[in-house]
Amino acid sequence: MPAASPISSVNDFVVRFANVNGSGSASANELFARSILRHGVPVSPRNIFPSNIQGLPTWYEVRVTEDGHLGARGGVDMMVAMNPQTWDKDVASIEPGGYLFYDSTKPMPSSKFRDDISVIGVPLTAITNSTYTDPRQRQLFKNIIYLGALSALFEMDAKLIEQLIGEQYKGKEKLLSSNVHALHLGRDWALQNLKCPIGLRVRKADKVGDRIFVEGNSAAALGAVYGGASVCAWYPITPSSSLADAFTSHCKRLRHDPATGKAKYAIVQGEDELASIGIVIGAGWNGARAFTATSGPGISLMQEFIGLSYFAEIPAVIMNVQRAGPSTGMPTRTQQCDVISCAYASHGDTKHPLLFPEDPAEAFDMAAQCFDLAERLQTTIFLMLDLDIGMNHRLSRPFKWDDSKQLDRGKVMTAAMLDDGRDFGRYLDVDGDGIPYRTYPGTHPTKGSFFTRGTSRDRYARYTEEGPAYQDNMQRLLRKFETAKDLVPRPLQANAGKPTKYGVIYYGSTTPAMDEAIGMLEARGHQLDRLRVRAFPFHSSVPNFIADHDFVYVVEQNRDAQLRSLIVNECGIDPVRLVPILHYDGTPITARFIAKAIGDHLDQLKVTPLRKVGA
Amino acid sequence: MTYIAKPKFHHPGLPKNELGYTHRDYEGKISTLCAGCGHDSITAAIIEACFQLSIEPHRVAKISGIGCSSKTPDYFLGNSHGFNSVHGRMPSVLTGANLANRDLIYLGVSGDGDSASIGFGQFAHSIRRGVNMTYIVENNGVYGLTKGQFSATADRGSKSKRGVVNSDNAIDLAAMALQLGASFVARSFSGDKTQLVPIVEAAIRHKGAAFIDVISPCVAFNNHAGSTKSFDYVREHNEAVNRLDIITGRAPIHIEQAPGTVQMVEQHDGTRLALRKLDADYDAHDRLAAMAFLQKHAAKGQVVTGLLYVDPEADDLHSHLNTVDAALNTLEAKDLCPGQSALDKINAALR
Ligand SMILES: Cc1ncc(C[n+]2csc(CCOP(=O)(O)OP(=O)(O)O)c2C)c(N)n1
Ligand code: SF4
Ligand SMILES: [Mg+2]
Repeated sequence: MPAASPISSVNDFVVRFANVNGSGSASANELFARSILRHGVPVSPRNIFPSNIQGLPTWYEVRVTEDGHLGARGGVDMMVAMNPQTWDKDVASIEPGGYLFYDSTKPMPSSKFRDDISVIGVPLTAITNSTYTDPRQRQLFKNIIYLGALSALFEMDAKLIEQLIGEQYKGKEKLLSSNVHALHLGRDWALQNLKCPIGLRVRKADKVGDRIFVEGNSAAALGAVYGGASVCAWYPITPSSSLADAFTSHCKRLRHDPATGKAKYAIVQGEDELASIGIVIGAGWNGARAFTATSGPGISLMQEFIGLSYFAEIPAVIMNVQRAGPSTGMPTRTQQCDVISCAYASHGDTKHPLLFPEDPAEAFDMAAQCFDLAERLQTTIFLMLDLDIGMNHRLSRPFKWDDSKQLDRGKVMTAAMLDDGRDFGRYLDVDGDGIPYRTYPGTHPTKGSFFTRGTSRDRYARYTEEGPAYQDNMQRLLRKFETAKDLVPRPLQANAGKPTKYGVIYYGSTTPAMDEAIGMLEARGHQLDRLRVRAFPFHSSVPNFIADHDFVYVVEQNRDAQLRSLIVNECGIDPVRLVPILHYDGTPITARFIAKAIGDHLDQLKVTPLRKVGA
Repeated sequence: MTYIAKPKFHHPGLPKNELGYTHRDYEGKISTLCAGCGHDSITAAIIEACFQLSIEPHRVAKISGIGCSSKTPDYFLGNSHGFNSVHGRMPSVLTGANLANRDLIYLGVSGDGDSASIGFGQFAHSIRRGVNMTYIVENNGVYGLTKGQFSATADRGSKSKRGVVNSDNAIDLAAMALQLGASFVARSFSGDKTQLVPIVEAAIRHKGAAFIDVISPCVAFNNHAGSTKSFDYVREHNEAVNRLDIITGRAPIHIEQAPGTVQMVEQHDGTRLALRKLDADYDAHDRLAAMAFLQKHAAKGQVVTGLLYVDPEADDLHSHLNTVDAALNTLEAKDLCPGQSALDKINAALR
């Protein structure tokens, strides 16, 4: 008999689908997530997939969260176990009192189940095979049939799901009706044969608002369109390929001249990452807005060019969708592990601005902003995405654009300015902000041309190997980096309800888990001020925030506390003031993890008050 | 010292081209290469070709990798922008520059180390993409700048200055370019200005990927007996398939007494190439024949020079990508940014 009573929860639970990769389950699972959104209930779905295309296990997790906690929660309340290969682990991962949904066509020995969970069998294969003969149809509709059964179990409104299917197959009547039919096959079977609803239920709410449901990679690609990128060069690598793909499809829709049909963009799939960044640098040198999308291994290959962009002061944008380590396998898992390798990429004394978006909406804004920053600062700007933001649908505020906004092309000396007799020195700091003027090739018949090299030139780009000239230039580059501190997105601070001596710094995809963890910590009696770092170089508010607290946790998704090192190094902070909280097993960080790690640490610090007599 | 610009005396008697420019307007800084270096002769040929074509100097973008050869763009067209980029990566930088502004003339200068070793991949891919450029390899069979190591174009059996015999097979970049689909392939010799200048002119006028392999002896490390890239060796083993004259709108410039048959080739932009054939059975329109011809003569130890192949109807990467006529770097927010109204529709579709 179940030791734990069945979990009972409305609009707050986690369903995990265990599927076989390539079985067509992805679209059914996404339909499930979207249909919950249509009930006005926020969801946060995540893919956990191997780097194989077909045959290997893949999981899709949907966190149903009326409270709007969009980080991963951890734990599974219902497992939809569709993959025999991973059955044992999948069953073991269910929370006590949770539910197991499975295909009961073939009898299973009782040893395959647990007695502290509720087991729900639906003969999916039998229903499918008695309805469809075509093997492809059998596979696809089986997914819709389980969706139908789940809708009954969770007491979902079938009309809302039908509506979604209707939108998806608009104009394809046959597909539309057959999908709706499959949905009802599963739903009706469940209603007739099972006790519906179960303890986990979806109830209509009004918590989604005008938010959109989109992947970070697609959002960043759209940001590149809005930011005026006209050249993109890339080389396929998970998890960044879908960014370049999305840029391609956005451009196909938004960037063709209506009169001629011609493209206002150029996209080249390079032969490798060296070529991709080379193309970006060439285009940037020549006055076009250019970017590449890649991931850690690509960043490693691009090092030499990134340094050239720093020294020769050429605008470039690199969108790095971070993943774990080299090789294949783990790399299709998320991490924030390229902070140091991007901040200090390349040989020589170099540093580069990094932007850390928290979600798709910010990925859109920051992607667009990267191009302004790259041209303003004449250097490489990194947009630091990760797999968790990039490749999962995330509920996000809608995209917004200010139509009065112009592109900031930075300091470009034109033919007219040259004719006016303006003094042009390519590396001359005329304004004291460390940023020199540049000219585009082809500007003027006799003025403003210069020869671009990495080093060995004076302020007028004339060849010299003199030490002082080199140092002079390096100091100016530092001034430029100072200027960058006020141009990149500022950190956002949120103070605890009560005054506290402790703070926490976090960034990027850790944000939703961190926001949720704050509530959990408050419930444990811990107050923390928060600072979300949104860019490197660090604005003065970062060291100030640290100075204002006894110590500050730095929460990140890597082993080496990379952002913490960067803060220690760049802001001259005593390392003991920064306590690392690190999560790096490849799964997205959870509020539970953060709350436990910080809570336990704070508990230990708590001076046990003297026991009051009689208390 | 290269920052010393050459004094620009415009002698009233200096010949002027159509634009009123003299040779001097196409020169750059004073070369820092070794006296007698083949690369300097190529620089001179580029200056001559640009003068003859009446190109506006600032409408050329000069892009190179790293090496003695890659330093040379500083020594010609002083009013053009130049980019001494990264070893072996000139092709990608040039590709990006070209995508950004289709209206400039792109001159890529590289070495045999730059293009046949570290940058072999980029060489190949820029050519197969059909980037509209003139890609010149100043081929001396060695790494000049790093002091004389063999490069991948050094012939098997050739001897280094230190007496080491090269046991690796040589890469023939012209043969590779043919195989990769370059629409203009030529080989010449730095010491043969009459042949080289019109080839450079024709390559600049060509629309598409034009590749020129120029044998260019390194006097410091590769001009001794036993080298197959020395002045003497190349002079003795040179097998010219044709001499080229380029005829623009104006009067022909180079036509001398033409020996043998003359074949006219008209390019996209109206220029006509007059091929004075030295080898009667050589057809510069036949890629396969050109490849076979190269191989056959290489086996005999002969270096074939001349215009090896041209496809006058070629197109380029921009045509493949169907990009707008305006240079991409001139597009503004109104061209590039679809605005809030498009965003409203996108938002609606994501709910
Ligand atoms: C990544 C990198 N590796 C090595 C070098 C050193 N290096 C400079 S030039 C050169 C070879 C140049 O040979 P080539 O292209 O034939 O030019 P040449 O000097 O012969 O004209 C090398 C290996 C470098 N600059 N960058
Ligand atoms: S080392 Fe050779 S290639 Fe370099 S400048 Fe001297 S002669 Fe020319
Ligand atoms: Mg060489």
